[in-house]
Amino acid sequence: MLTLDFEEPVLEIEKQIESLGSSEDSDRYADEITQLRQTRDRLLAKTYASLTPWQTVRVARHPNRPQSSDYIRMICRDFCELHGDRHFGDDPAIVTGFARIGSMKVLVVGHRKGRTTSERIACHFGCAHPEGYRKALMKMRLAEKYALPIVCFIDTPGAYPGVGSEQRGQAEAIAMNLREMSRMRTPIVAVVIGEGGSGGALGIGVGDRVAMLEHSWYSVISPEGCAAILWKEANEKTNNLAASALSLTARQNLENGLIDDVLQEPSGGAHRDPEVTAKGIETWVLDQLRELGRLKPETLVRRRFEKFRGIGAVTTRVVDRAIEE
Amino acid sequence: MAEKTTPRTWDDVQTVTQTKKAVPEGLWMKCPACGETVFRKAVESNLRVCPKCDHHLRVGGPERVEQLLDPGTFESTNSDMAPRDPLNFVDLKPYTERIQGAQSRSGENDGLQTGSGFIKGRKVVAAVMDFNFLGGSMGSVVGEKLADAIEAAADRDLPLVVISCSGGARMQESGFSLMQMAKTSAALGRFHDEGGLFISVLTDPTFGGVTASFAMLGDVILAEPHAIIGFAGPRVIKQTIRQDLPDGFQTSEFLLKSGFIDRIVHRHELRNEIGRLIDYAGK
Ligand SMILES: [Zn+2]
Repeated sequence: MLTLDFEEPVLEIEKQIESLGSSEDSDRYADEITQLRQTRDRLLAKTYASLTPWQTVRVARHPNRPQSSDYIRMICRDFCELHGDRHFGDDPAIVTGFARIGSMKVLVVGHRKGRTTSERIACHFGCAHPEGYRKALMKMRLAEKYALPIVCFIDTPGAYPGVGSEQRGQAEAIAMNLREMSRMRTPIVAVVIGEGGSGGALGIGVGDRVAMLEHSWYSVISPEGCAAILWKEANEKTNNLAASALSLTARQNLENGLIDDVLQEPSGGAHRDPEVTAKGIETWVLDQLRELGRLKPETLVRRRFEKFRGIGAVTTRVVDRAIEE
Repeated sequence: MAEKTTPRTWDDVQTVTQTKKAVPEGLWMKCPACGETVFRKAVESNLRVCPKCDHHLRVGGPERVEQLLDPGTFESTNSDMAPRDPLNFVDLKPYTERIQGAQSRSGENDGLQTGSGFIKGRKVVAAVMDFNFLGGSMGSVVGEKLADAIEAAADRDLPLVVISCSGGARMQESGFSLMQMAKTSAALGRFHDEGGLFISVLTDPTFGGVTASFAMLGDVILAEPHAIIGFAGPRVIKQTIRQDLPDGFQTSEFLLKSGFIDRIVHRHELRNEIGRLIDYAGK
């Protein structure tokens, strides 16, 4: 497993544990090994409890971090993938399909990053094209028609910036999803599982309830994009500054009222225990869907509308026009 | 020479006296498209279209309001709504300083004018973005004012005309800005359900979170000629694909050909075209 630089002290201890454990007389060191394990656990917990925003972004991008397909495998039964937008193609960067979670039948929509190099390239590293957003909308309409709740897994650096994506209306596709998701007459829950990059994330994120995994990020732009524009250059230092300035962590988004819940990750991040993380997501999703399922569609749509309608930070200031003229 | 250039005979040329400037500008200016030196007043009285090459220059928010609406009919709403700095955002400069700078330069509180008025005698709710105010970026104020305007159009059963001119979402409000995309789109969803007419006018430039929300949700979408319009900025695309971009990429003409806008409209014809559309589709 890839070690992030700030995890190196943990790695050092793990190396010691390994070398003691693999030595011929490892039995003699049982106490030391136990102690080292405790030290490692404490250090890991401490490190992850005080990640900087930029470190959080790097955990959110960890190559071993569970992805939509992993959660679908761990949470869903009888997943029935549905392909294609019926207009242009089938974007592998967004996966959609029917599934069962617990006793519920749902429609799952998620960004797909891919694990192997060829998968990652095919999925454009989780950056969807317009046909991906249109596929998502088409299947969501299907869910609405059959009164199935919708479960979205958000994990994208952003919508794909390319010639074809512009030509095929990336902006229109996202805009239409925002409008249509806001008035869909079936419950929608969304979890940011890794990266919540801008409009590409929101394009499947207009939910009745939105949660973020503890070490995921969600913001109007990636730290690198922000650094390149506002600090004129993206480097380790400015990425750090931009990540902090953007208030992109789960905790900050919750404090700002932009999401509804933060889902705790196991010590050391979701990649250290995908099963436990998946269980947490499953419990949250089922809890939300049970509550939302009691609401009439009109109430559901009205509350969802009011939730997004209410977001904004404004004040009043009277302009003294006499001075300007 | 430029002095000889007479404004075209569209029926209601705005005079330069209507656009008051705190600071007097030079008599001459250079057209960014053809490079010709032109008499500034000739450009201004020509709705900021270059008299030499027909290039559509950017128009600030207040001036655009005067261009768009029948003289003296605009009643501004929410003009005292101003931004906060919910995240205490600091990049090379604090956001509060950027706001104050933009406010004192423009005399406006933020980059969107909203209100009601008449276009060619048809009553409308109008919203006009101002690129001069922090790049026309959409933060909470732009989102909130626009959502209010959409709701006013719905309540009063009026057509809605929005002129977009923006680099996209305002980074300094991060998640708050992002959620304005959902907010404005949701408000348009209701307006759509209620049968309202939304005419979206795209001008140079329209990008990012603005294009990917309300700007692309028009019942009819118009664009000014040769405007640059897109989701991702050309530089970002170039870096991603590591190839040169095709000629005319992300222009109004490119969007028309790709099927994403209804008409390209010369600025001189904009009022006529909007009036015509309202007669077809308005209530
Ligand atoms: Zn010119």
